[in-house]
Amino acid sequence: MISLIVNQKPYQVEVDPNMPLLWVIRDVIGLTGTKYGCGVAQCGACTVHLNGEAVRSCVTRVSRASGQKIVTIEGLSENNNHPLQLTWQEIDVPQCGYCHSGQIMSAAVLLRENPNPTDKNIDEAMSGNICRCGTYLRIRKAIHMAAERQKTHTIL
Amino acid sequence: MNQVTRRSFLKNSGGAGIALWLGISTWDYTDKTSNIYESKNFTPYIIVDSDGSITIFNTKPEMGQGTFQSIPALIAEEFEVSFDQITIKQSNGEPAFGPNQRAGGSASIRTSYSDLRKVGASAREVFILAASTQWQVDASSCYAENGKVIHKPTNRSLTYGQLVVEASKLDLPKEPKLKDPKDFKILGKMASRPDVPLKTCGKAEFGIDVRLPNMLYASVERCPVIGGTLKSFDATDAVKIAGVEKVAGVERVIGKYHSVGVAVIANSYWTAVQARKKLKIEWDTASFETFNTPEYEDHLRALASQDGLLDKNIGSVDSLQLQPQNTIEAFYETPMEAHHPLETLNCVAQVSGDQVEIWVSTQVPSNVTGTGEFDLHKYIGVAPENIKMHTKFIGGGFGRRLYIDFIIEAVNIAKLTDKPVKLIWSREDATEQGPFRPMTFSQLKGGLSEDGKLLSFQHKVIGPSLMESRDGNFDKTKVDSAMVEGIGVQAYEFPNLKTSYVRADFHIPVASWRSVTSSTVAFPPECFLDELAYKAKKDPMDFRLELLSKPSDTKRVLLKLREMSHWDEPLPKGSGRGVAQWEFFAGLGGQVVEVTYRPDKSIKIDKVYAVIDLGEVVNPDNVVHQVQGAIVMALGAATKPCITFKNGKVEQHNFYDDLLVRMYEVPEIEVAILAEGGPVKGVGEPGLPPFAPALANAIFAATGKRIRKLPFDINNI
Repeated sequence: MISLIVNQKPYQVEVDPNMPLLWVIRDVIGLTGTKYGCGVAQCGACTVHLNGEAVRSCVTRVSRASGQKIVTIEGLSENNNHPLQLTWQEIDVPQCGYCHSGQIMSAAVLLRENPNPTDKNIDEAMSGNICRCGTYLRIRKAIHMAAERQKTHTIL
Repeated sequence: MNQVTRRSFLKNSGGAGIALWLGISTWDYTDKTSNIYESKNFTPYIIVDSDGSITIFNTKPEMGQGTFQSIPALIAEEFEVSFDQITIKQSNGEPAFGPNQRAGGSASIRTSYSDLRKVGASAREVFILAASTQWQVDASSCYAENGKVIHKPTNRSLTYGQLVVEASKLDLPKEPKLKDPKDFKILGKMASRPDVPLKTCGKAEFGIDVRLPNMLYASVERCPVIGGTLKSFDATDAVKIAGVEKVAGVERVIGKYHSVGVAVIANSYWTAVQARKKLKIEWDTASFETFNTPEYEDHLRALASQDGLLDKNIGSVDSLQLQPQNTIEAFYETPMEAHHPLETLNCVAQVSGDQVEIWVSTQVPSNVTGTGEFDLHKYIGVAPENIKMHTKFIGGGFGRRLYIDFIIEAVNIAKLTDKPVKLIWSREDATEQGPFRPMTFSQLKGGLSEDGKLLSFQHKVIGPSLMESRDGNFDKTKVDSAMVEGIGVQAYEFPNLKTSYVRADFHIPVASWRSVTSSTVAFPPECFLDELAYKAKKDPMDFRLELLSKPSDTKRVLLKLREMSHWDEPLPKGSGRGVAQWEFFAGLGGQVVEVTYRPDKSIKIDKVYAVIDLGEVVNPDNVVHQVQGAIVMALGAATKPCITFKNGKVEQHNFYDDLLVRMYEVPEIEVAILAEGGPVKGVGEPGLPPFAPALANAIFAATGKRIRKLPFDINNI
């Protein structure tokens, strides 16, 4: 039995300790906002926060997360209203949308660590997240907009 | 189009209210079917319920191209309802919605633009008539707005919901009056896509997210040498893993290709993958393991000496007497590519007796439930009326989800158990198993007059055939029109033009990839025109415009590009511009790329100027985004490693060796939309074909180095 705290809620899961956190979150706990894209930490679609750090859940063994705090896209904000979620909606960033849970989770850590990122800062922080639809220009723009918004709104 | 018509149905629950269904009737008015989803001759697009709710159907799957907004927008505009008043429902392959529940070929808007506006306009007019009848006033003194009919002189109003009973008694107008575009509130305006908020919080349900009670998971080991067959397998070690339910051979069919893989069914996807690694499989690969990309490329080069099948022959290319010093010849090569939608292929299927239920992200719901020759029922031995499907949001299509091979595979797996099963392809599966965009090689020949005017243009395409891959009965004596797509239909006024196709045998499934063959065959002629322009000592933009004396959409695109890219203002030494355009079945686009050659021999793309010509535009913000996305995809295909084979196996496996474009590599992209009337053209694909040739032409302008083979290393020119 492994204990996890996902989006502030405790879970007890009976799984192989080697099972990647991604599949525990999706198939055992049932939160499907976190996506499978490559399974080898190349695309970032599976990005979640583990104790506040962005990790690729597809290569993170569930045992490593035992007893720790995990936040998924579903728990990023109360009501789809994290500054990034709001700016993402404001300028229609997603196309197919599949990678955007991961994009937003990566960007959220960037904005917490660097409230005024430059283009270069953003490009570096987001280089692990692939968007096959090619929405990168809007992702970058929405991160800048969220940085501005964050100055006047409290961030979670 | 077919007649716009209506049906009224008693609501199932309560029995007091009624719902009015408005849509397109095909042939038979007398169908008395009581369940609208089963009606065979009436396609509902709008439901107005007497409780006031309004539903609009979208029959085109949403894969990021924006149909979840753009299709309902056509109806809502004319029907005078706003997006916050409607519920959008995705059709699920039901017969009532007909055979065009598919998203491909950039066709959704261009094939629906007039018909769906007419549905909305008919609905608006019948509600106006219902209100005026009730008020006993002239219909012309009433108008519709925000889901209500208003009597102008008295300002009285009734909602559509209040008018359902009255409206359901009236015939719909045969020729409804469409709105004047100057009165548009939705079409052509900035509009938010209603699926976006679902995609920022993890709530959009893609196929891979479907969860059903007692659901099992499956992963399939397929022959790593494409074309190989299954001899035997030993699952002794695999079934020892706790949670494994079953291991069995399952068939996959893609076009004319049938293959059998070994499926592991387990209580979790991860368990299935672990067990898959324990399988011991013997494949028969004898005749396919000698296949290597370099040798096949040599084979294609050798085929260039054949005449091939004639496609177009305008003027008299063969009898022209050209001076050798005025002719040039070049050979261009483009590679195979994987599609790589980020949501890997997956499908949930449940088989219960003779019934099949399917939950899937697919571009072609109509091919899942349809009765046609290439539809699912043909491959799974189940009557089409016994197939029920659910269309989910698609995590990227790009042509890969036009094919139903993974759905066939999933149903065959589901036949092994009475529980629902979710089949997931890994990224490695998607990279190694195809189908792939076919490679096309091109031989170009051109001739100029003494004063540098283009006299002759010849383009021979050499490569495997898309149609042959799809259909084993394809007639090889005919040109596969898909392989010469767009060639010979450009607006250029070539005095003498000859195009042809040499079909190459192939044993690997090939597939449409975003912008289909235009993603490869636009590159050679648009670069070769550049070569001819330099040979004629002319500016490449001028050279093209000389071939466009008459007004045309293409000319309009090039003139717009000339203006927006400041084409005629010189750039500093070491920088250069290139231009290209392409017109094909999906639409028309053109681009100018501006680059700088850096001392380390790398190329920096300073800016891309893109023009897309549409005729009419539904959602301009989305069009800009689609064109930018197509350019990013084209950048990857032009400059990143492609799919290659060694000993019959794909040499790439995942995103660490089949690289995709990342954020830091994306240049600035300015997009201009031309919507000046005329035929409505497509959005999703036309942004892709012009990019590679415009980039290669810009690199030539900056460096003097001509690129004739894709992909190339942009960091080492």
